[in-house]
Amino acid sequence: MAYSELTEEQTMLRDMVREFAKNEIEPLAAEIDETCAYPIDNIRQMAELGLLGIPFPEKYGGAGMDTMSLALALEEIAKACGSTCLSLAAHTSLCATPIYLFGSEEQKQKYLVPLASGAAIGSFCLSEPGSGSDAGAATTVAVREGEHYVLNGNKLWVTNAGLADTFVVFAKTDPEQGVRGISAFIVEKGTEGFIIGKKEDKLGVRASDTRPVSIEGCRVPKENLLGEENKGFRQALVTLDGGRIGIGAMSVGLAQAAMEKAAAYSQEREAFGSLIGDFQAIKWMLADMATEIHAGRLMVHHAARLRDAGQPYTKEAAMAKLFSSEAAMRATKNAIQIFGGYGYTRDYPVERYWRDAKLTVIGEGTSEVLRLVVSRELLKEFA
Amino acid sequence: MKIIVCMKQVPVKDSLLKIKDDNSWVHEDELNYEINESDHYALETALRLKEAHGGEVVILTMGPERVKEAIKQGLAKGADRALYINNADFTSIDPMTNAKVLAAAISPETPDLVLAGLQTDDNGSGQTGVILAENLGLPHTSIVMEIEKLDNGIKVKRELESGWFQWIELPLPALLTIQSGINQIRYATIKGIMMAKKKEVKELALSDLGLSGADVAAGSTGLDFQKVYVPEKTKQALILEGDPKDVAEQLADKLKNEAKVF
Repeated sequence: MAYSELTEEQTMLRDMVREFAKNEIEPLAAEIDETCAYPIDNIRQMAELGLLGIPFPEKYGGAGMDTMSLALALEEIAKACGSTCLSLAAHTSLCATPIYLFGSEEQKQKYLVPLASGAAIGSFCLSEPGSGSDAGAATTVAVREGEHYVLNGNKLWVTNAGLADTFVVFAKTDPEQGVRGISAFIVEKGTEGFIIGKKEDKLGVRASDTRPVSIEGCRVPKENLLGEENKGFRQALVTLDGGRIGIGAMSVGLAQAAMEKAAAYSQEREAFGSLIGDFQAIKWMLADMATEIHAGRLMVHHAARLRDAGQPYTKEAAMAKLFSSEAAMRATKNAIQIFGGYGYTRDYPVERYWRDAKLTVIGEGTSEVLRLVVSRELLKEFA
Repeated sequence: MKIIVCMKQVPVKDSLLKIKDDNSWVHEDELNYEINESDHYALETALRLKEAHGGEVVILTMGPERVKEAIKQGLAKGADRALYINNADFTSIDPMTNAKVLAAAISPETPDLVLAGLQTDDNGSGQTGVILAENLGLPHTSIVMEIEKLDNGIKVKRELESGWFQWIELPLPALLTIQSGINQIRYATIKGIMMAKKKEVKELALSDLGLSGADVAAGSTGLDFQKVYVPEKTKQALILEGDPKDVAEQLADKLKNEAKVF
């Protein structure tokens, strides 16, 4: 049997998701990119297969697998459709994960079980109109009133907002304390004062349901405080550390799809009496893509393995996402170049890969913020 | 209902087959393998029958270690257990030999139904299933597209030619060979994947089946396997040109003196 770094179950999961994504998701990807309509049937099918709870224990409705398995699944889905991949990544890494990591047993039973079993879809509200990575500048506040917290503020770039049943929402419970005054809450869809806005018209991952949320006097039961009061910033950072492994995997998948399409095209298209794949200019682009994809995948897998082993992985996850997302930008850009004029049209998927890849250098930490994270972790070792 | 599904691993479609220098077989080491297409449908059919009527689905396969991957996939989709015949000590592409070995594994299980794919995508003889039925002494029908459970047996729809079908009733136990494309094949669920490793895979050697090397020796069934080769091109088209009178004369000459048809 061929050498594999994956367990038998991980290999079977990857192969199953690859086949499922190719047969069921990829055929819809161009259309839903055009129409921006997220096919809820895809999510339901993924739920039936157990893909909505990959890294969570079976007792919480999950599949009992690990971060590595999640990364493998996300890469395969990204190869087929960036929008679907982002929806799954946000659901799993940004909503179900913080409830699993910081929630009480009651919260896990009430919210994680439906999320992990696929009965509910999850979403995450951190960014605001004036605050992304600079979470300290957030202005959403939560004031305790008896048995409730009353939330007020505005959230932006909320992935899955229009589909989700459960939201993890960050708000300041002690605004004087800056980042040390942030808390996280679980908010249910339909709670009065929790108003889902209009879908954003985006460059890429267009079918992923991204919306603003305005929060106006929204009363959340005090039992829905996630973990302790004023620990939200730390919870958000830990959540994003894990999320970056997912976005890294998504980047690798998009780059892989671009390379496969470009390599195949280079073996069909002729120019000046030769296949374009015979020209060194094309070969070098393909070689660089393959090399960077390989490196990115190894970095993503390494970060996932560290996380699964309970080791620190903040730096490795940031590096994996930084490198893979920038590699995905190069790979998808060059795939368009190899396709030439055809690549610039929507008749071929490579321009979609490039538009989708652009999200990966922005979402869940821009490349610039990730360089800050990496350098901060690095310089700790020299301080 | 206890159902045994015979499954085979075959080279992935569109594989580039390279023949060994001594023409004994193809280079298997360079190939990737997958479950034979119609066997997928046989498994799906079995799983649906089990879901509708209860019982057990047992996968039976034969081959080198690699076929355990196919077993795991089948178990992940919902089969209950598997029988694996390790054929490390013999190799056969002869349907009669294969059917003899498979029958020896099936008999002690006393299944209600044995399902096999219509034919394999590699050798494509379409013989193993029906010979197996003869060996087991079971009624059989081939190219089956639908199965209905009756109180005292089953009613099946089989494909004939030119868009015609036939419904037949059979008593149980019986053996059916299943046509491709008759239902929507399921994907393994993650839960199924995680449960697969807990399911029994019983490994059987020839001796466990009451067979000896002589029973599976090359040529023991009368089939003499000589060599594998790329078909030689023996036919060609010749286009005669000229005015009709000349062409007719040339044609008559060729038919008489070259093709010798009159």
